[in-house]
Amino acid sequence: MAGKIRVRASLNGDKCEVKALMRHPMETGMRKDAQGNQIPAHFIKEVVAKVGDRVVMQAHWGAAVSQNPFLGFEFTGAKAGDVVVISYVDNKGETDDGSATVK
Amino acid sequence: MMFQSRRSILKMGGALIALAALPLRALANFVRNDAAFTATSMDTTFAALGAEPVDSADIVVGSPDIAENGAVVPVEISTTIPGATRIMIMVEKNPNPLSAEFFIPEGTVASVSTRVKVSQTCQIFGVVEANGKFYKASKETKVTLGGCGG
Repeated sequence: MAGKIRVRASLNGDKCEVKALMRHPMETGMRKDAQGNQIPAHFIKEVVAKVGDRVVMQAHWGAAVSQNPFLGFEFTGAKAGDVVVISYVDNKGETDDGSATVK
Repeated sequence: MMFQSRRSILKMGGALIALAALPLRALANFVRNDAAFTATSMDTTFAALGAEPVDSADIVVGSPDIAENGAVVPVEISTTIPGATRIMIMVEKNPNPLSAEFFIPEGTVASVSTRVKVSQTCQIFGVVEANGKFYKASKETKVTLGGCGG
């Protein structure tokens, strides 16, 4: 499941605006299925955004972040052609990533 | 000549190791506070964080007044507090109020947006850490359809 995070990075003045959309069920562990069985928790725990070696955003999430999470933020010091890479790790140790070239 | 190339290879190896170690170091700075994420009330969350936040007019909590679907509530928290290094989203009446925390490295704007689940009508808090101190602001979001289970 690599490379499935959709990322957009666009320059707006001196700031680079980043928008990312991840695919993830974000199960809280509190829901039950039709048979009344508890659906186990399955959620993204950590998200990191980088440009080269520079960490431009890092987040810890709980299960209360919505399904197929959205993340938006801005940072300075980017130039066109830089590549923003976003990756996550969930509570089962599964990972995904995605990248975008700054425009 | 021989030695020189050996040295440069060593140097390259050293640089590679340093590069590989960087992301780990960056991650290690911000250890997940599991006690805060599993706390079941605002008070116990603040206690787990070791935070006694004061109200601040310099935090803007952007969320809808009325959310039709509590499972997907867009929230944007931004602040002008100097030296803000951490932004947290807490939903007052969720089973676990702390929904997300964002670390703001130097050069990143202290403004984040995401979408969270909101179980019932309540206050959504934006909590900011700056220079070891905590600040908070909140906004009420009315929920027509709860975002947890249902």
